[in-house]
Amino acid sequence: MKEDTCNDYYSMPDERGHFGVYGGKFVAETLMEPIEELRQAYEKVKTDEQFQAAFDKDLADYVGRPSPLYHAQRWSDELGGAQIYLKREDLNHTGAHKINNTIGQGLLAKYMGKKRIIAETGAGQHGVASATVAARLGMECVVYMGEEDVKRQAPNVYRMKLLGAKVVPVTSGSRTLKDALNEAMRDWVTNIDNTFYIIGTVAGPHPYPAMVRDFQTVIGREAKRQILEKAGRLPDALVACVGGGSNAIGLFHPFLGDEDVKMYGVEGAGDGIDTPNHAAPLCAGSPGVLHGNRTYLMEDDNGQIIETHCVSAGLDYPGVGPEHAWLKDCGRASYVPITDKEALAAFHVLTLTEGIIPALESSHALAYGAKLAKTMDKDKIIIINLSGRGDKDINTIAEIEGIEL
Amino acid sequence: MSRLQASFETLKSANKTALIPYITAGDPHPSVTVNLMHDMVQAGASILELGIPFSDPMAEGPVIQLACERALKHNVSLTDVLGMVKEFRSKDNDTPIVLMGYTNPVEVMGYEKFAKAAASSGVDGLILVDLPPEEGADLISALNVNKIDMIFLLAPTSTDERMQLICDQASGFVYYVSLKGVTGSANLDVASVVKKVEQIRGHTSIPVGVGFGIRDAESAAQVASVADAVVVGSALVNRIAENADNPEEMSKQVCALLSSMREAMDK
Repeated sequence: MKEDTCNDYYSMPDERGHFGVYGGKFVAETLMEPIEELRQAYEKVKTDEQFQAAFDKDLADYVGRPSPLYHAQRWSDELGGAQIYLKREDLNHTGAHKINNTIGQGLLAKYMGKKRIIAETGAGQHGVASATVAARLGMECVVYMGEEDVKRQAPNVYRMKLLGAKVVPVTSGSRTLKDALNEAMRDWVTNIDNTFYIIGTVAGPHPYPAMVRDFQTVIGREAKRQILEKAGRLPDALVACVGGGSNAIGLFHPFLGDEDVKMYGVEGAGDGIDTPNHAAPLCAGSPGVLHGNRTYLMEDDNGQIIETHCVSAGLDYPGVGPEHAWLKDCGRASYVPITDKEALAAFHVLTLTEGIIPALESSHALAYGAKLAKTMDKDKIIIINLSGRGDKDINTIAEIEGIEL
Repeated sequence: MSRLQASFETLKSANKTALIPYITAGDPHPSVTVNLMHDMVQAGASILELGIPFSDPMAEGPVIQLACERALKHNVSLTDVLGMVKEFRSKDNDTPIVLMGYTNPVEVMGYEKFAKAAASSGVDGLILVDLPPEEGADLISALNVNKIDMIFLLAPTSTDERMQLICDQASGFVYYVSLKGVTGSANLDVASVVKKVEQIRGHTSIPVGVGFGIRDAESAAQVASVADAVVVGSALVNRIAENADNPEEMSKQVCALLSSMREAMDK
């Protein structure tokens, strides 16, 4: 379906927070005024030079930006196709792109006079990034994490605790990221007076999808500048993994107007999208309403959200940011599945070929990027977002492969 | 006149406040729900609020979350819930029934299909916790065609501006969420409820119900002194959970609490 909203990729969201038919503000009445206050505060800081300067300074001096754009020459040669460049978000402070957003929202929390930060986390990267910002700003921090994920991501749980955060294991529902989000919403509705909810991805009620995107577009702006410096031209394709979709939209957004740049969002296909065990709502789900916005979901015929399966906790989410849903319907970006097995293979290949241990989330993007590169000529260029580093995943991988550490 | 309107008028002429129990449809088993609905009417319920089970009930405390999980173990769908209403209607054509749930099951069924099916089953009103009026236009028009009331929530954080916006679109009654928090929370502040209900009445002449945090006869009576309807949920659902294996005892416990509330409210 090509809607007329697709004429201008920079026109969304509209003033009501809609991306075409997606997005919006589907929250309980108690939260409507707080999200309106948040929207107004965010609109103010968007054009506030002092705020933007503080954000840029933190990205440079604290996060370590710009992150390099690295030509993975050896891997590209081995694949024998397009030249692959990796956007090294794994080299950011705390090891992933998540910190770009938590720095922004942390500064906004301070600007709004909030004293307490809450966050949900799946893989733990967003939880760590939130706890880091809270420690630095001297704020209380509570992180909700599904009980299953607490087990899968023990090193990150410990990291958050070291940073002074309280990690609350969530035992309701499927005990993963979606349930952590539910629990964080429940905390927020109870403590709205003093609490700022840092959502980690481009989902949730308006203004979160737009705000988180804006904080993450530093990835794409840098990548554009860097590839023009290194290769003298724009890339032919962009590849990024999509759970909620924040690293993908961060890379894609500054290129949306460049019609010749193709975009591929890679979803976690688990055991395969022809099985019930996956986390690929854009590839194999249908539209619905969850967590404050209308988007593609993993749901059954009765509108119940179904449990997702993906080896990577950060992709193990039944929804996706509404802007991706809209870009899919517009045909501007393509969304493709990568199985656990393919992602694990790409994890090892990159580690052995380039000496970079990627996060399991990012390994999905790498796996698809490799497939794509093989179909393209050697003078073509692909940028893959290496959204996080894989240190947090070594226990998971060792366990899958039957290795005792 | 709609069942809801008739019910509120009858109560008003008797100088009484409506008592609205909430239970989750299909909790703990689909076979108990309709009987329990009839028993609750016997025990003094004026209007019944029937929860549509949902996998991600974001506004609920642990008690109603677990009720949803118990119902979903039996795959209770929105279609099943409408079936229960229809079955109830074969013996009771007067007591209004309001469905309460989340947007997605209704969205997936389709607004028009839902509105038609709900009307023919005998549903009188709908509360969708995560559907503010800003997002509700299409559903409201489908419900209007089928003479079902869309009942909106108001909250302690609602400004006068929002109260007006919501009251302009509400029908049946408006539902004031008495505290900042999830269902079953403990911090009910009666004085602030009194103040807010007065403020709401400045925006609408339709009945004002109050819910969240009402757990016993005393709190029910306090709220009844200012509201047109008192909603009780988690306190009842707790009794359902405690007696999940014994439907007879479950009904007895649920009805005992309702009767004590009814009595205290009528004093």
